[in-house]
Amino acid sequence: MSSTGFADEVKVSLTVNGRRYTRTVEPRMLLADFLRHELGLTGTHVGCEHGVCGACTVQFDGQPVRSCLTFAVQAQGHEISTVEGLGEGPAKLSVLQEAFRECHGLQCGYCTPGILMTMQAFLAQHPDPSEAQVREALSGNLCRCTGYQHIVDAVLLAAKNLRAGGQA
Amino acid sequence: MKPAPFRYAAAQSVEHALALKAEFGEEARFLAGGQSLIPAMNFRLAQPAMLIDLNPLDDLDYIQVKDGALRIGARTRYSKVEHAAEVACWQPLLAEVLPNIAHPQIRNRGTLCGNLSHADPASELPAVMLASEARMHARSATGERWIPAAEFFLNLFETALQPDEMLVEIELPALSARTGTCFIEVARRPGDYAMMGVAARVSLDASGNCSAAGLALCNAGPTPMAALAAAQMLIGSDLGAEVLAAAAAQARDEVSPNGNVHCTPDYQRHLAGVLARRALTAAAARARTGTPA
Repeated sequence: MSSTGFADEVKVSLTVNGRRYTRTVEPRMLLADFLRHELGLTGTHVGCEHGVCGACTVQFDGQPVRSCLTFAVQAQGHEISTVEGLGEGPAKLSVLQEAFRECHGLQCGYCTPGILMTMQAFLAQHPDPSEAQVREALSGNLCRCTGYQHIVDAVLLAAKNLRAGGQA
Repeated sequence: MKPAPFRYAAAQSVEHALALKAEFGEEARFLAGGQSLIPAMNFRLAQPAMLIDLNPLDDLDYIQVKDGALRIGARTRYSKVEHAAEVACWQPLLAEVLPNIAHPQIRNRGTLCGNLSHADPASELPAVMLASEARMHARSATGERWIPAAEFFLNLFETALQPDEMLVEIELPALSARTGTCFIEVARRPGDYAMMGVAARVSLDASGNCSAAGLALCNAGPTPMAALAAAQMLIGSDLGAEVLAAAAAQARDEVSPNGNVHCTPDYQRHLAGVLARRALTAAAARARTGTPA
């Protein structure tokens, strides 16, 4: 970085799913592209790339945000959580992921990572949501397959299972 | 990569950010939440040569209440204001409008001052600033000034801010006793742009007549629209159904919506009249019962 305080390429150090990464990138690199192309974390999907569809939603210091509307350089020193961090793997899904499988809450699956990252944070704040609350929380994520009904069912089932003692 | 190349500066202090803006002027843009600027950059509708990132400036992240007046800093995000008990208590109109602004993921990142600097007339927040008679605190490397909301929004995406100025803070004045407010909009889904939205504020004097009123509409023209003649009709009245209906009809005639793919200008004008009547009716009822919202 030059003495005037700006640079053509910048070093970014951040934590993703508890693991520390450092890369040098152009400032214009979006966080979504950084996760996918620099870190190989392709679970975060890229849809509209202007903040409408929600497919790229990740958690930034625990809060869901659009990774297509954040530059990677802005994540310097912050903690990012992506869908890769939710379950321990295909053999052990999180309670929320398991509910999506149980309720057939996805078809093509493209929107699913963004919905999971949105709803995991939602359920942490709303352990006993109404269907209307779930639908409103879902309004920032587009799904073109399911018609949303099974997604709503899955989130409500996950809430019930979490209240019974599971981990999101 | 979608955006065009730009130089990036993480602001180290407000003074540092203002010095860079003074040096680079319109070539540089401040980056706050980026929830309007980055989409425009992804489309390459905006190609700033430099971004001055305000996100490191924790000292611009605040909500201050003093004697009921509210000050909000440039780095304060929507979600913080949305969930702040003091906002719900002292500025219920602001608390009521926030859940209507975009989606939770956007509100976790976007800022109020960024929204107002962007000056999108379809956004709800500029109309609420007009109805609240808010003031905008602008700073540059060489000075500072306060700009009334009524003088801040000049045209589509155009504000009174000079190329070297930053909107560092907004102030909403305290509501007087016996004031009621209301925000209502019609949108196709929660979080979508409203086809029409109305912010209303009315105050009552000791005899129960209207002593002050503010009425403003979003997506109703090239700027947020203050329905000044409609608000004037309310002053001194008893805020009865008849006068509210007349004022709502006046508000309908004051707006000049453009229409879009989802609604014609005629439908938007119709909504303006209906929503103005409902918002004023609710605000008047809240003023009478002493519960602002």
